[in-house]
Amino acid sequence: MIALTGKNQSYVLVLYGLCFPLIHVAHAQFILKMAAVQGGMGDADIKTDIKTEPSADGFGNNNANDGRVLSASPGSSSSTGSNKQTAAVTPEDQQTLLAVLQFLKKNKLSESVEILRREAGLPENSLDPKANESAGAGSGGAAGIVDLEGGDASSLLSRVTGSSSAGAQAPTKGTFICGGKKDQPDVSVVLSAYSQQGDPTLYKVYYRDLKKFIETVLDCHRAELSQVFYPLFVHMYLELVYNNHESEAKAFFEKFSGDQECYYEEDLRILSGLTKKEHMRGNETLLDFRTSKFVLRISRDSYQLLKRHLQERQNNQIWNIIQEHLYIDIFDGMPRSKSQIDAMSGSLAGEAKREANKTKVYYGLLKEPEIELPLDDEDEEAENEEGKPKKKKPKKDSVGSKSKKQDPNAPSQNRIPLPELKDSDKLDKIMYMKEATKRIRLGPDNLPSVCFYTFLNAYQGLTAVDLTDDSSLIAGGFADSTVRVWSVTPKKLRKVKSAADLNLIDKESDDVLERIMDEKTASESKIMYGHSGPVYGISFSPDRNYLLSSSEDGTVRLWSLLTFTCLVAYKGHNYPVWDTQFSPYGYYFVSGGHDRVARLWATDHYQPLRIFSGHLADITCTRFHPNSNYVATGSSDRTIRLWDVLSGNCVRIFTGHKGPIHSLAFSPNGKFLASGATDGRVLLWDIGHGLMVGELKGHTDTIYSLRFSRDGEILASGSMDNTVRLWDAMKAFDDLETDDFTAATGHIHLQDNSQELLLGTYTTKSTPVIHLHFTRRNLLLAAGAFNP
Amino acid sequence: MADREERRFAEVSRESVRLMAEGAGVELGDDVAALLAEDVCYRLREATQSSSQFMRHAKRRKLTVEDFNRALRWSNVEAICGYGAQDALPFRSVKEGELFFVEDRDVNLVELALATNIPKGCAETMVRVNVSYLDGKGNLEPQGTVPTAVQSLSDDLLKYYQQITRAILGEDPHLMKVALLDLQSNSKIAALLPYFVYVISGVKSVSHDLEQLNRLMHMVKSLVQNPYLYLGSYVRSLVSSVMYCILEPLAASINPLNDHWTLRDYAALLLSHIFWTHGDLVSGLYHQILLSLQKVLSDPVRPLCSHYGAVVGLHALGWKAVERVLFPHLPAYWANLQAVLDDYSVSNAQVKADGHKVYGAILVAVERLLKMKALSLSQSAEGQSGAHPGSVVGAVSYRVNSPGLSPPPEPLSEAALGIASHLQVGGAGCHWEEWTPVPLPAMYCELYSFFGDSLAVRFSTGTGFGTHSPCTPSQLGDSRKEPPGPASNLDTTRKMPQLTANLNISPRQDGSPRTDPPPPSLSGPGSVRSLPRASSMQRSRSSSSCSRQRSAGLSREVFPKARFTSPQTTPPAFSFLIGGRQMGQRCQGRRPFQTMFATTPPVSAIPPRTYAHKLPVIGRVGKPVRRWTCSHYSLHLPL
Repeated sequence: MIALTGKNQSYVLVLYGLCFPLIHVAHAQFILKMAAVQGGMGDADIKTDIKTEPSADGFGNNNANDGRVLSASPGSSSSTGSNKQTAAVTPEDQQTLLAVLQFLKKNKLSESVEILRREAGLPENSLDPKANESAGAGSGGAAGIVDLEGGDASSLLSRVTGSSSAGAQAPTKGTFICGGKKDQPDVSVVLSAYSQQGDPTLYKVYYRDLKKFIETVLDCHRAELSQVFYPLFVHMYLELVYNNHESEAKAFFEKFSGDQECYYEEDLRILSGLTKKEHMRGNETLLDFRTSKFVLRISRDSYQLLKRHLQERQNNQIWNIIQEHLYIDIFDGMPRSKSQIDAMSGSLAGEAKREANKTKVYYGLLKEPEIELPLDDEDEEAENEEGKPKKKKPKKDSVGSKSKKQDPNAPSQNRIPLPELKDSDKLDKIMYMKEATKRIRLGPDNLPSVCFYTFLNAYQGLTAVDLTDDSSLIAGGFADSTVRVWSVTPKKLRKVKSAADLNLIDKESDDVLERIMDEKTASESKIMYGHSGPVYGISFSPDRNYLLSSSEDGTVRLWSLLTFTCLVAYKGHNYPVWDTQFSPYGYYFVSGGHDRVARLWATDHYQPLRIFSGHLADITCTRFHPNSNYVATGSSDRTIRLWDVLSGNCVRIFTGHKGPIHSLAFSPNGKFLASGATDGRVLLWDIGHGLMVGELKGHTDTIYSLRFSRDGEILASGSMDNTVRLWDAMKAFDDLETDDFTAATGHIHLQDNSQELLLGTYTTKSTPVIHLHFTRRNLLLAAGAFNP
Repeated sequence: MADREERRFAEVSRESVRLMAEGAGVELGDDVAALLAEDVCYRLREATQSSSQFMRHAKRRKLTVEDFNRALRWSNVEAICGYGAQDALPFRSVKEGELFFVEDRDVNLVELALATNIPKGCAETMVRVNVSYLDGKGNLEPQGTVPTAVQSLSDDLLKYYQQITRAILGEDPHLMKVALLDLQSNSKIAALLPYFVYVISGVKSVSHDLEQLNRLMHMVKSLVQNPYLYLGSYVRSLVSSVMYCILEPLAASINPLNDHWTLRDYAALLLSHIFWTHGDLVSGLYHQILLSLQKVLSDPVRPLCSHYGAVVGLHALGWKAVERVLFPHLPAYWANLQAVLDDYSVSNAQVKADGHKVYGAILVAVERLLKMKALSLSQSAEGQSGAHPGSVVGAVSYRVNSPGLSPPPEPLSEAALGIASHLQVGGAGCHWEEWTPVPLPAMYCELYSFFGDSLAVRFSTGTGFGTHSPCTPSQLGDSRKEPPGPASNLDTTRKMPQLTANLNISPRQDGSPRTDPPPPSLSGPGSVRSLPRASSMQRSRSSSSCSRQRSAGLSREVFPKARFTSPQTTPPAFSFLIGGRQMGQRCQGRRPFQTMFATTPPVSAIPPRTYAHKLPVIGRVGKPVRRWTCSHYSLHLPL
């Protein structure tokens, strides 16, 4: 048997070399999906759909990987040569192919069947017996099926491997009979992830064996290998449940759930509630587990150790799971320590693959637009306006020198098209510059003052808050579906006059903008009605003319702050939309919600421009990078992803949080990202290197708000625990050791220096802090609803 | 049973499922019920799980029925209605049936529809801003508590605090003055407020040292007058310290040489000042103060100096306070006082001296009460009469409150009425509702029976003084005998608008007396003649017609009929005349007196008229007030 599989290995390599059938598998899958979408398939078919994905992943990964990763997969590290497990995998790939064929045939896609068969080199008749079988799957005798199966498989294999070695034929056949015995040839069963099963009572033994082994290995490996426990545990449990071994599953859970890391507690609770096969259908958590591979990073040494052990013990069951449901990212070098692993793990799907964070990210800021320069003139020479034109030239150089230099890390100015500046924007820029000169330098010795905007009589209904950049307006989203806007300055909120009245005004006058406002409508606050569910996200446009709100009703609405009416309802998310935010340059905005997809919109398009999909659970918060070229999303799957607006690709995946992420903030220089989650921790990320660079512990409840001061010296975090905490961001980022090694391996050494970085803790009486904002002069504004 | 123990979730038993099925008219087998029960449990858990997501995004800690319904709706299950109430639902059990149910009472719709206590709508959602932490190190102590020790302050503040306290409590009077001035105007000491309050609360430990007590009271005054300080709940603590000085039998008062009376007077003034400027910060403060004063007054065991404090305190709080507390209590108290005064033994000399002090204080208080009462009666009559023509209202009210406010009269016009009403509102506790005002004549009668001629005599002198202290009418609202100083008054006025709508009313009047122009008192005698008429009809509504007439043709009617050719002459003489009459006929003193007093209102009624001509704003009485109430919750933050 061992020898046979060795041959089989070469077959796999050949298969990769040929590669065209694989491409075609992908093609077939696509068709299959299309069919699923169009034809409203039955349950079994949907399951097929689900199943094909992981297998496709497997192919895709191996295919894309260079030799290093390839050699990492146990089968191809040829020298050991005793991988009978690969045998089980390989034939299954074949079976997948067959199943796809069968499915196509069933759906009368004969043309595709022809193409696929031709390209895979399958005989014409290979499918026919299958069809019969699937018809009488229930009644068919096991023996007969095995025969047929064996025959088919061998013939298929002979075609595929024929080109490489004819000698491989006989042994493969043997293997296939083996596999055939285990697997029912029914489509749904073939494609079901948990169909293969051993003796349910042995699961415990297997697991205990592994546990004992890992406990006895050298210390340096133990931490790394322990990572395997959680995914293994979950998959074994699910297999048991899937195969209707309820009591065994319960016993298994009882026995080993206590060993799991505490940060998986939430998932385990969901898992423990699930004891029947029927429950698995439609359970999102499960879907995530089955459709995505759990990613582990393990050093080569540790991995070899594990592999050898499993082979020695002939521990099929576990090896299968590892092969099928885990993605092991093997690196060369020292094994990581427990703390290093703990820092990075905790997400729903394990750590991020290293490849995922390799793309270059242009995190630099865009050059400030030209208008900044004349503005400066005006700012400094407000007294003598006449001198402006002639001094313009020299000023340009002296003042603009800093921002003129193109940041090497910045994207090109027109990488994504940005709206042109209007006159009013320029005026605002002037205001901004003026204010900026009066900005207070913050630091550990000079902490900001805090003003708290308390929402009274909100009756627990305040769900979202936003302030304009110039701190002149504050808006609240409420559970009663309303959006309310208040003026924070003595300037009242006024509507534009009605069309009839607008006709009467003198359009040529200088103060026409003032004249169009209807003085009679002036009030401190305005209420806007339109949503039909709680408003979870709210965002002002940079020019203060618009307001976005996202709601449970699945829409994002754009409101005009001139007329205080709804302009557009963007429909696309069919589920609650948890968050939305305007781009710092206006025009674009991003939204994310329960459908696990983030969308990029432009205000003048009713359909999204980009759809960012990849999160395994709800997207809970969305943030634009200051240069507007990237979007960060935080999710309930406990990961943060950074998406490229231009290509729509995911360019960073950050793992390390142990709970759903509820707040994100980019540092003003665009280099760093801060994230806060229900676990009460703030994590700091270096975007360029794709690394975690800090952990700030102190909060005791969900962090709903994060904000950097205008110059990035201080990070403020607001939490459900009724506190605002200030952190020394400068110090946190200065102390970084980002040598090449850490950058290359992604191993981080985090010092536990939260206490040193914590500059202050400010408590409210009974008001959770749900929004923070630094004014242009660095006064910290916080907002929340009083909760008596 | 074993698996019962290991279960981690609430479970729906198969019996329940069967019961429900029966309720719906379906018979279920045991196994079916068991399966269903298990599935129901799982679905419930699932729904709970996803409902927690809605809770998290609503940024709450409490899972609501609505969250659960949302989860149900998104999983295509009908929402459950009727459980949205905030309060807990009582869960009842029926013994026999082992049934548990939520009590669901019948609602009597008719009763509900006809109910008079219609629930009010909930208050409007609003945003308020407050500066929580200045320079990152504001008040680190939780608000509302007085810290026990001086810590966690910046070095600068700490030093300042030490210097100030040392200067105020030290020997050098000059240094003290400087320190007090600074305390009164320093804008950066908000963080120190609790510490100062704490120091001041130390009055109890220095009750033997009059000097220290005095200094502490000065400190209170400085703090109260500092326009940058928001006293908040510390008002209560300050008031209790001041009350201590007013009411307690201080250790210092054992020695008769110590002039604790001045301290009590001063503290009483301070009390009224705090109340008028910061009274709105603590709800029910007025009521509380009155109650504690009343308690002291009605306690015969307390020494006379305490009683004295209570009387001056009431006096300082205004004539209404005197009318409500002191006057009804007077008959009972009089007996005690009389006993003290009539005891001529040597051993009683000291007590008797104290008794005279109390007697004097009471006399002053009731005197003012009578004056003000008369004044207010005639004014209210006038106000009623003027109610019809809007312009007159403006004029009248303007006069009443702010005779002296020559510059912009707008904000005051309404405020005038506001004062009186403010008082009532302040004391509008349930206790006070039952109190019925005694008609002026009866009151006078009663008081006269106690004080006899001394009352009348002092009356006349009082009016005599009136000439040179024209502020009397304004004191109606003010209730302060002597404002500490014009400068401080200005300060408070400026400071008030920051606080609330309420406040801006009272301080204006505070400031007003100083700027009083002479005309009211001067013209006073001139209108005397019209007086009797108005006053005679005072009790009847008809007075309105009279006054209307007057308002129409005042200048023509009043002056020609006046007996005195030169109104400027001898107002004191005139009152003397009345006083003499009273002396003669004890019980009929009422009438002459009344005439006397009714005079005052028309007296001052003239100037407003002239002002009214000048001021076009009068018609917009309500406007400024509205503006203030709005800005009360204005979000503007001076950054």
